[in-house]
Amino acid sequence: MKSAVDIARDVNAGASAVEELERSLASIRSRNDELNVFLHVDEEGAYAAARRVDEIVAAGGNAGPLAGVPVALKDNLCTVGVPTTCSSKILDGWRPPYNATVVDRLRAAGAVPVGKTNLDEFAMGSSTENSAFGPTRNPLDPARVPGGSSGGSAAAVAADMTPLSLGSDTGGSIRQPAALCGLVGVKPTYGSVSRYGLIAFASSLDQIGPFAKTVADAALALEVIGGYDPKDSTSLNEPAPQLLATLEGGVAGRRVGLVRELVEGSDDDVTRSVARAAEVLRDAGATVVELSIPELTLGLSAYYLIAPAEASSNLARYDGVRYGLRVDAEDVAAMNEATRTAGFGAEVKRRIMLGTYALSAGYYDAYYGQALKVRTQMIAAFARAYADVDLLLGATTPSVAFAFGSKTNDPMAMYLNDVFTIPTNLSGEAAISIPFGTGEADLPVGVQLLGPGRSEPTLFAAARVLEVAEGR
Amino acid sequence: MAQLPNGWEMVVGLEVHTELKTATKLFCGCANAFGAAPNTQVCPVCLGLPGSLPVLNEHAVDLAMAIGMALHCTIAPSTFHRKNYFYPDMPKDYQISQYDLPINSRGYLDLPDGSRVSIERAHMEEDTGKTTHLGGSGRIHGADRSLVDYNRSGVPLVEIVSGPDIRTPEQARAYAAELRGILIATGASDGRMEEGSMRIDANVSVRRPDAPFGTRCEIKNLNSLRSLQRAIEYEALRQIELIEDGGTVRQETRHWDEVAGETSTMRTKEEAEDYRYFLEPDLVELAPDEAWQQRVRDQLGPMPAARRAALSALLSDPQPAQLDAIEVVVDLELDEYVLAAAAAQADVAIALARAANEVAGNLESRGNLTTDAFSTTVLMEQRGELSATQAKTVLGDLLVSGGDPVAVAAARGFEQLSSDSLSSTVAVLIDANPDEWQRYRDGDDKLAQFFIGLVMKATKGQANGKAVIAELQARR
Repeated sequence: MKSAVDIARDVNAGASAVEELERSLASIRSRNDELNVFLHVDEEGAYAAARRVDEIVAAGGNAGPLAGVPVALKDNLCTVGVPTTCSSKILDGWRPPYNATVVDRLRAAGAVPVGKTNLDEFAMGSSTENSAFGPTRNPLDPARVPGGSSGGSAAAVAADMTPLSLGSDTGGSIRQPAALCGLVGVKPTYGSVSRYGLIAFASSLDQIGPFAKTVADAALALEVIGGYDPKDSTSLNEPAPQLLATLEGGVAGRRVGLVRELVEGSDDDVTRSVARAAEVLRDAGATVVELSIPELTLGLSAYYLIAPAEASSNLARYDGVRYGLRVDAEDVAAMNEATRTAGFGAEVKRRIMLGTYALSAGYYDAYYGQALKVRTQMIAAFARAYADVDLLLGATTPSVAFAFGSKTNDPMAMYLNDVFTIPTNLSGEAAISIPFGTGEADLPVGVQLLGPGRSEPTLFAAARVLEVAEGR
Repeated sequence: MAQLPNGWEMVVGLEVHTELKTATKLFCGCANAFGAAPNTQVCPVCLGLPGSLPVLNEHAVDLAMAIGMALHCTIAPSTFHRKNYFYPDMPKDYQISQYDLPINSRGYLDLPDGSRVSIERAHMEEDTGKTTHLGGSGRIHGADRSLVDYNRSGVPLVEIVSGPDIRTPEQARAYAAELRGILIATGASDGRMEEGSMRIDANVSVRRPDAPFGTRCEIKNLNSLRSLQRAIEYEALRQIELIEDGGTVRQETRHWDEVAGETSTMRTKEEAEDYRYFLEPDLVELAPDEAWQQRVRDQLGPMPAARRAALSALLSDPQPAQLDAIEVVVDLELDEYVLAAAAAQADVAIALARAANEVAGNLESRGNLTTDAFSTTVLMEQRGELSATQAKTVLGDLLVSGGDPVAVAAARGFEQLSSDSLSSTVAVLIDANPDEWQRYRDGDDKLAQFFIGLVMKATKGQANGKAVIAELQARR
């Protein structure tokens, strides 16, 4: 499949957006039953969008930077009139009356949203096995998971169903599946992409970002969806960063920190890929120093208190009163309980209970309060590191894609998959995962570049250096 | 009320919730207006739909700060928290409220009796929707069905928490009344308790003077100043009786039943919810800078106490009835009429009486009555061109349809009673009653009333009593 950059260029030059859409739909039809990538394909809406693009171009206009580019959306992004489920039975039948800001921006840029992709229920998971609608399979090896929680959006791009997709990253939910599916995945600086219309998991950690096969496509997508949104109070009051203009800027003169804690415990293939990435950056003119940030090892524990605490509150509204599933019972409280018992899956219930407990009187200080202190320490630790280096380098995940069921009975083993990605969510900073080398069974390895807030131009230029070294 | 029995003292603190008079809700652009058809003033944000996010209404911040300034509070950088509990009229199943860092803290309110009540805090929060329970007892338990109207969901509130400084039901009432006047004066609220735009909870305990505070009960559902006063009195006496009978007061929330005139247990401390407060991650710190605060301060008019003082300073020796009239005038924001009349050299006592009665009685149509027309009417009355009865009628007409008082008096035929006409009427009546006139001339002043009565009868009540006396004396 052509890249998003190429499609937009060709469509604006007269190529048919409808034909591009048909190629995308054909690809979805051929593999969706096997892979379970899309929960809902909005053919009617997609054709309407593609036709509008073609009309604009036929009338001599420019249809925008993503003209005619088919895009897949994680099913926790609100789309007018199109089912939006969060892969949960509790949102059964709900159709949002409004679009997420990112969806409006994609459409305004000429993109063609084709449908909604599978995820771990309410984005809670690292394998997409927690979906109420069955797991998504990894297109590179259908016996393995695509990662999660944005497994569907990763698989859509990996299976050439769409050149671009959007996911959300709360603890690694874009970067980890990007790594497991051999894609570029971005967790932008907190506040740089509006969360309006992203169904919240953990509001202080959630951030929307793109999946793509190339760094340039990811950059293009982020330029379109980023920038200030008055509907999101946590949105940074500044325009989206310009990334394509500096994409080939290289890393000469940059200082890169290879972080021990972001590699430790990884499979050998992963460790080797990270080391080789360091070599490539050094060869391109960067200074690479090895360093240690011990606070990063505290991230996982802090995350599994803060995220569930916020989730326990964010998910309270699914009470059967206004929308979605309702299981009737003799009074309101019993109806709430019956609805939530039937509507939520095991992992969601586990986290709601964990979070409720962490915020409860008598436990708040020991758990949630303590986690906030760790978070503060983590932010300070990153700041100290960035006083010395421009970027940090490590692995995205400790291993390549794993087999179905291999971690489902051990939540801690599953949670450990996010150990390298979580710190960036806690600090609200930026990171990018880029496929670099292969590991077991010739499956892709993801290498992670991390930077301070608003460092996306530097991060993308460094990722591009690694991409070029891989011959792409 | 009389003293509490056996030397007991009550300790009361009030929590007053007031809806802010903003055009739109606290976190979205929906209209903030009372009385619309159910669920017509709602959007994804105030319905708490998945993915929606709150954006703080800056005008609500203006009004919250105005309240804080009027209550002499410290205004400080503040944050919002989530108060988590399940209730069907709360769309997110949490309420966004200020918690450990409120926008206003540590102020006070001086009452007309000279006492001072401390203000602990005045913080912002969002209102819930409104549930109507059908069937059963009309409360949520046992209802056949419940209907929820989310028009009120997300309406901005400020909760004003007093210190435990109130010692009598009368003082509680005076505090609430004074606070209500301040809320109206700041433009923050319309103070309509009957529409629920001002709601009061009372924390009540009893103790021996100078003993530590007793266990308190919180009384909910106080929808009028009268309920407030009655409920506090009832609750204090209940607690005293309980203690004197050897019992102890349980900390609990109690419901005031206006019809039965008593409080009853709603929930005990053990049943109290754990609200699991935590910092609202969808909002950022609220830290109004000095320029913003100054803008609000500059727009703040004088508060009721200062306005009452300004009005009573216009009278040389204000009488109790006049002080009452001043209270009414300030409460209803009719000061401008009295001040304009005073500026026009009109009689302040007459102006005060007309404003507190005739104008106050027709508040809805006060827009028809200009301050000039009001002042002119008062001047006509004091010059004897209009009797008191006529002046009231003229004001009534002006309030209904506006216009110029001289023209209104003419249209009513009141102008015939100018001095010429009165003089000839009096002359005719003297001629017709020579004996009475002689006794009056010999010094029997009581006969003035006899002649006034005749004049009133002859003029169908349109004469001015003082003018009649002046005419009689001139001929004596």
